[in-house]
Amino acid sequence: MTARIGVVVFPGSNCEHDVVKALGLVAAGAAGSADWAAAPAAAPAPAVKAELVWHGERSLAGYDAVVLPGGFAHGDYLRPGALARFSPVMEAVSVYAAEGGPVVGICNGFQVLTEAGLLPGALQKNRGLRFLCTTVGVTVCTTRTVLTGATEPGEELRLPINHFEGNFTCDAATLAVLHAEDRVVLRYTDNPNGSLDDIAGVCNQAGNVVGLMPHPERACDPMTGATDGVGLLGSLLEAALRHASLPA
Amino acid sequence: MRPGDARVIYEVLVEVRLRPGIADPQGATIERALPALDFTGVGTVRVGKAIRLTVEAGDEDGAREVATAVADRLLANPVIEDSAVTVLGVADAAARIGATP
Repeated sequence: MTARIGVVVFPGSNCEHDVVKALGLVAAGAAGSADWAAAPAAAPAPAVKAELVWHGERSLAGYDAVVLPGGFAHGDYLRPGALARFSPVMEAVSVYAAEGGPVVGICNGFQVLTEAGLLPGALQKNRGLRFLCTTVGVTVCTTRTVLTGATEPGEELRLPINHFEGNFTCDAATLAVLHAEDRVVLRYTDNPNGSLDDIAGVCNQAGNVVGLMPHPERACDPMTGATDGVGLLGSLLEAALRHASLPA
Repeated sequence: MRPGDARVIYEVLVEVRLRPGIADPQGATIERALPALDFTGVGTVRVGKAIRLTVEAGDEDGAREVATAVADRLLANPVIEDSAVTVLGVADAAARIGATP
């Protein structure tokens, strides 16, 4: 059984190759983990194929998860994600999300998802008006999402951030809903950008659509000095494999 | 075209502003720079965007309606922004998009 993960490429996206590579690293690592060792001997190692999907594609049929990667889609013109949300592929992403398919938006991808209305709130300029390129601590606030299903509640992760407009905001009523419905996914341990309630990532009501400003794909290889992204992308792989095993 | 179908090209200004209560660090930074330039009594600086466009419509109300729809759908993010539409007038026949009036 192979899980196919579609990584959308907008004009100006620049993290798609890192996402594909990181998913491959995590999938290869999973084959040697204790969980898989406990599986029945006849069970095959997880097969995951990550592919690039051009933003002009109108169909996501056959994919078991979709990732909107980081970058500067359409040059961030007008507002980050403001134009990308009207790309042909976004209609398919919307339907895919409504049907329960796993969708993860990383950084610019998170901005696209909020502009598209698939996630609440908006990402504003960082409070200090500085572009932040650094590693920060975040805490996992809920494990009921496709990105955190294999993590522990309260787990602390160190992940790279790389953004000028990562300051999450929403109105009081929306924040109340996020709390009531357990939809805050990650919080910064030391808020770097002024995000409301220290929010670094949120999800939709069902937990199948997640957006986050930090870059888990940049924390999956010991060579980069950080591997805390493995649990997050590993959760996504598990969600994709579950999706792949659903009756067609 | 039928009689009464006259269409006019209007110049429209859409101003996109941060909604009240939304933090504006850019505006605050500009405001803080003013005293050093010897400006006093200048405050409450808020930074937005001015987008100019032409709209072909039967009348000013029609032009305003179209521009408002464009503003609501694309130009302003309703979570953090609102917009104000001003019909500036009929576009000069020789005017080109991008020319300074």
